[in-house]
Amino acid sequence: MTASVAVFPRSRSRPQDRAGVPTYVVLGLVAVAFVAPFYYMLVAASRPMAEMNTFPPPLLPGPDLWKNVATAVRSQNIGLALGNSLVVSGIITISTALFCTLAGYAFAKMRFRGRDTLFAITLGTMMIPPSLSVVPLYTIMADLGLAGSLSSVVLPSLVAAFGVFFMRQYLSQSLPDELLEAARMDGATSLRTFWSVVLPIARPGMAVLGMLTFMTAWNDFFWPVITLNSTNPTVQVALNNLGSGYVPDTAVIMAGTLVGTLPVLVVFVLLGRQIVGGIIAGAVKG
Amino acid sequence: MTLQLDRPVPGERTPPGAGPTIRLSWRSRLHRFEGRSAPYVYVAPFFLVFAAFGLFPLLYTAYISLHRYKLGSSMTWIGLDNYTWLFTNDAFYNALWKTVTIGVLSTVPQLLIALGLAHLLNYRLRGRTFLRVAMLMPYATSVAAATLVFALIFGRDAGIVNGLLGLVGVDPVDWRNGDWTAQIAISVIVIWRWTGYNALIYLAGMQSISSDLYEAAALDGANRWQQFRHVTLPGLRPTILFTIVVSTIGASQLFGEPLLFGGGQANGGPVGQYQTLGLFMYQQGWQFGQLGRAATVAWVTFLLIIGLVLLNTRLSKMRKS
Repeated sequence: MTASVAVFPRSRSRPQDRAGVPTYVVLGLVAVAFVAPFYYMLVAASRPMAEMNTFPPPLLPGPDLWKNVATAVRSQNIGLALGNSLVVSGIITISTALFCTLAGYAFAKMRFRGRDTLFAITLGTMMIPPSLSVVPLYTIMADLGLAGSLSSVVLPSLVAAFGVFFMRQYLSQSLPDELLEAARMDGATSLRTFWSVVLPIARPGMAVLGMLTFMTAWNDFFWPVITLNSTNPTVQVALNNLGSGYVPDTAVIMAGTLVGTLPVLVVFVLLGRQIVGGIIAGAVKG
Repeated sequence: MTLQLDRPVPGERTPPGAGPTIRLSWRSRLHRFEGRSAPYVYVAPFFLVFAAFGLFPLLYTAYISLHRYKLGSSMTWIGLDNYTWLFTNDAFYNALWKTVTIGVLSTVPQLLIALGLAHLLNYRLRGRTFLRVAMLMPYATSVAAATLVFALIFGRDAGIVNGLLGLVGVDPVDWRNGDWTAQIAISVIVIWRWTGYNALIYLAGMQSISSDLYEAAALDGANRWQQFRHVTLPGLRPTILFTIVVSTIGASQLFGEPLLFGGGQANGGPVGQYQTLGLFMYQQGWQFGQLGRAATVAWVTFLLIIGLVLLNTRLSKMRKS
């Protein structure tokens, strides 16, 4: 007993019992249900529409993928949309990671008047769905001359309450007070401390936050659909136009969907482990 | 050499005595000021962005809701007319009701399945990482992509769902044009996208429950189900409350799913059978050009959300005491 505790000091969760066969079967089926639509997307994107109109549907991808992708790209500016989404999501990601780390550091490690109130307000703002503000946002952006521009999508998302919360959790766990104390003894200014002590330690957390932010920004739908038009779309706006077309060629729609989803999926398959870890880490103290 | 270097440069010469100390104290004061103002500077970007693009628009929404405001023209004060219009409008009550039913249809199964999945994922598993990543793949998909795929899967003539139902002798269902069927299909999209995410949140909560509690329960002779009921569920309470609040807010905001499920139409089906509040607002504002009315819908939705969240926390506090 004692030996096993010593060998596995980190075994914190109970059902330590190994999973039985039924558990694997259930989880396997769920995993298939979660992943199957992606495969269906690929199959439907690579065959003529008529072939998908049979049951059972074909199980393997067909030969038309490039043709359908080309049609989709031509009909909805998807090349431009991919570029736009990359720019928008990239800027939002960098700025969110930086500003949220600054604020998260202040909330985690600095003492100042009103800190707890300000942090409570920050958490409270998470309860406000951004889509409720679209009417005035639309007016404001028009007044600023930014209607239909990428800036109108970027500006409201430059920093996020979730990120502040996330970085505060991360830094209060991984940034030792002694290090900050040492920096202060050396006479480092606050900004200097942030730059050479806090940032290096915050980097892994910022990376996870960055991935989550990128995904969210890439997939953002409501506000971009309202503010952008089809001549200068992001991917989601282009997909919306594709799906709202009057001639619904499902193969072309699926090809466009595939192209628009692929970048995020690639990121996700490569870094899924870290993203999963980040979500779990962000949730523990939530 | 050394002498030359040591010689002070004439312009920089400071008077003996007072000079260095004043400079030092001035510097240290600056230093202290920098240290004291720094935290406010660091949190400022968040609050500035929130004030400009969160708080101000929210309040401005209330102001706009008191005006007739057509797309492309200026505002005219009309008092509470928009609210009278809204509360006597059948389409609003329809949208409110559909938001509630789709919300229940999507949230309840989603959280229950997520709880079960988290329980299973908490066993010692081979291929743990793979399973977790698979659970989260739908979360990485956009609303638009997910809805377009599921619109095909729920197709009337050739959709897989109808094909599978046909195997067990059920006639093809016209998912999109039915009332409950369309709501179910939309709920399935929401469930597909969010269940894995919530399962991971629950899993995180489960892993932070101390194993001593389970051991104590086991010593008292509790079986697995009893352990789940009396240790896991109470331990997860705050997490469950959190997911309920988040999912409720999410459900009140459903927009992309019903929009694209209907092929980009804002009416939510021929008889509005899946028109949510978000879609209703979009229709008023950007199809009919009635921004004032759209703002009214948004503001009322906001008040409803606040009411729901307060009710939620109140209920959970009551149950606790």
